[in-house]
Amino acid sequence: MDWMNQAAISAQKSDAVFFYVFGLSVAFLIFITALMIYFVVRYSKKRHPVAAQIEGHVGLEIVWTTIPLVLFLSIFYYGWTNYEYMRQAPRDAMAIKVTARQWNWSFEYPNGKQSKVLFAPLGKPMKMEVRSSDVVHGFFVPSFRIKIDAVPSRTNTTWFQATKVGSYDVECTVICGVDHSLMLSKIIVVPEDEFKAWYFGGEDAPEPGKAFRAAEAHPDLKDLPKGLAVLTSKGCLACHSVDGKPKVGPTLKALYGREEQILQAGAMKIVRVDDAYLRHAITNPADQVVRGYPPAMPQTPLTEQELNEVVNYIKSL
Amino acid sequence: MSTHASTAQPSYLVDTGERKGLMAWLTTTDHKRIGLLYLYSMVTFFFVGVGIGFVMRLVQLTTFQKLITAQTYNALFTVHGVIMIFLFVVPGLPAIFGNFFLPILIGAKDVSFPRLNLASWYFFIVGAILAVLSLFTGGGAPDTGWTFYAPFSLKTGTNVSLAVFAAFVLGFSSMLTGINFITTIHRLRAPGMKWFRMPLMCWALYSTAWIQLLATPIVAITLVLVILERFFGIGIFDPAKGGDPLLYQHLFWIYSHPAVYIMILPAMGAITEIIPTFAKRPVFGYKAIAFSSMSIAAVGSLVWAHHMFTSGMSNVAQMVFSLLTMVVAVPSAIKVFNWVSTLYKGSIDFQPPLLFALTFIFLFCIGGLTGVMQGALAVNVHIHDTYFIVGHFHYVMFGGTGMALFAALLYWFPKMWGKMYSKKMIYAAWFPMFIGFNMLYFGMMILGVMGMPRRYYVHLPQFHTMHVVATVGSWFLVLGLLMFFGTLLYAIFKGKKAEDNPWGGVTLEWTIPSPPPLENFEEIPTVTHGPYHFEQKEAK
Repeated sequence: MDWMNQAAISAQKSDAVFFYVFGLSVAFLIFITALMIYFVVRYSKKRHPVAAQIEGHVGLEIVWTTIPLVLFLSIFYYGWTNYEYMRQAPRDAMAIKVTARQWNWSFEYPNGKQSKVLFAPLGKPMKMEVRSSDVVHGFFVPSFRIKIDAVPSRTNTTWFQATKVGSYDVECTVICGVDHSLMLSKIIVVPEDEFKAWYFGGEDAPEPGKAFRAAEAHPDLKDLPKGLAVLTSKGCLACHSVDGKPKVGPTLKALYGREEQILQAGAMKIVRVDDAYLRHAITNPADQVVRGYPPAMPQTPLTEQELNEVVNYIKSL
Repeated sequence: MSTHASTAQPSYLVDTGERKGLMAWLTTTDHKRIGLLYLYSMVTFFFVGVGIGFVMRLVQLTTFQKLITAQTYNALFTVHGVIMIFLFVVPGLPAIFGNFFLPILIGAKDVSFPRLNLASWYFFIVGAILAVLSLFTGGGAPDTGWTFYAPFSLKTGTNVSLAVFAAFVLGFSSMLTGINFITTIHRLRAPGMKWFRMPLMCWALYSTAWIQLLATPIVAITLVLVILERFFGIGIFDPAKGGDPLLYQHLFWIYSHPAVYIMILPAMGAITEIIPTFAKRPVFGYKAIAFSSMSIAAVGSLVWAHHMFTSGMSNVAQMVFSLLTMVVAVPSAIKVFNWVSTLYKGSIDFQPPLLFALTFIFLFCIGGLTGVMQGALAVNVHIHDTYFIVGHFHYVMFGGTGMALFAALLYWFPKMWGKMYSKKMIYAAWFPMFIGFNMLYFGMMILGVMGMPRRYYVHLPQFHTMHVVATVGSWFLVLGLLMFFGTLLYAIFKGKKAEDNPWGGVTLEWTIPSPPPLENFEEIPTVTHGPYHFEQKEAK
């Protein structure tokens, strides 16, 4: 079935345990429910007017303590051994630096190449070294059954070995702010030679797996104005439009020079947007919040040059 | 079988003191009235929570996203969680039925500390008011989820501090109630009411009270640390200042996992009272049930980190917590077997409370078994933090604790108000409730297995069909709930007068008039046998 797509060895390992527990659970549930209904019908007041005053039975208590215990321990053991496989990446796995931030993913390969979606060769182990640059996120690939939290100050790892060519969703699973549900990416699994052609192909090599990605729009950052490129790559446009459309945050169109009502430490102030205000608002978003908007903007690390580009771009809108 | 016992004392519902009406209720130290104060306030919060849940389901139909923004949606699921957990499910059964029936079940006139009991209710109300205030003040409603994970809860501009402080105040209500119940059970049992002659509801409340007392301070301290960190940047949890986000998760779950047992143990206790009454025979395995309550309380305190399997803990920690999680499933299984065996060779009088009790067993089994699935590490890594979790804990919290609370309400309703409800209407309410419940929450579990993460404002297209199924289910569920509470509300005002012992129960509450008199008993009873002693049937 499509929704139970198994696209990696880890998916097979996880599903094997899932169906074991699922089978046991269904059997238990049917047994208990059938017994309950049978007793209610068989020993109804009408059919069985006098109740037997039974207090209990030690033998039965021992039986129904031991059998569940053994079954639960078998579930534990099976769950643990298969998980151990999912946890230990082979030594020859290609290590990818996965960076999570509000609200996007980026991937960096051993040779320094970077991408917004992850390209992976079919049948090769890939180790994910997952980091976060702000709050806790969760790196989740349903089709591979792998998940690991991205925790600031830590590097958590997981790995996969894809068994099917295709495009697979990456989702964030830990609430991380207003655009948590848009914190998505893809893993594009392609045959190894196609991957190598891109990986060793230098800056201008075409991205692999175009066939799976026809539906996605890809702005090429090189073609954009400098400030807009920064806004795009940092994910700012998820909340701020540049064309006046209302989004989660105020639009950047005609922002420069506008008068804004802001809340600072609970007090209302009116400011005229200038360079100083913009710099402060971008580097310290929680301090002043424009009235009528949620205090949801994350701190986004920008270099001095990027900050200048962004401010100049906003001036030009 | 019984007529109304004549009594010199007036019913507890009649004002006898200097104060009348509302003031008499707000200053009462009668455990029964305090129980009702909790009931009325909690049912109100419950319906606020239900309303928010209803709106969240509509958002998933995607047609309502013009009205509800992403930020509002994040606030909605946070507030839904805070209200349902801290204002309904955690305090629910102990505060309502524990307060009302614990003293009666052990043959006492009141709890040990009646004034402290009223103070607990005021802590509860102050906490609730602070929680509501947090929605409209400061930076607006908190958007972190009810778990307040750091460092997001430290960085967000929303009013996390006040919401967290509200939970802190509510914690006091919980702890003080725990102290009160432990003391009451130790000190106020009627003559001859030995430990193993107590009704099993009392054992469940006793186990719960210990968890409330021992685990709540940990979350209280944790929440204070969050506030200090937000105001003074002390750097306990924020990695930028040398803190550790996982420390927060550990501290939070050290309380919040045992809190799950605070929610479910009294529910199990209520079910254990209901089944023998309608089967007309003693409960199967009294001691097994009593000890399983205590072992759930003990082992349940050692499984918290199974909420954190994907957080990057060591392999050893993952293995140990997975193993202990499997062990804690055993006493719950024992209880299920004992309940079902209590029906064996009974003489079953099928009534609404029994229907809800059996529904509890069915839904709780699904909730428990899906919990075992998550305890298995290889499965957990896939379904953790998805809709599977959301479906699972609604089966436990709502299908378990919620249904047990409804069963207990149906069971004790005639005793509490001295009125009887329309049984037909309750059966009629059960159908949409049961069908809607399973569509909604089983649908969520399927979504989780498909890979739908929780707390998502928008979903990917492959999840849409199941979201529609779940949302339609939520409509049936809400319809059933409205019918259920509508029927009961009508019965309070217009219901027929109930007998003192409408179900033929044999525990002490059925020996006194309905509604109970001010001091419960004319004369403190002397107990000579176990709680489920159906002697009239033995003389055959």
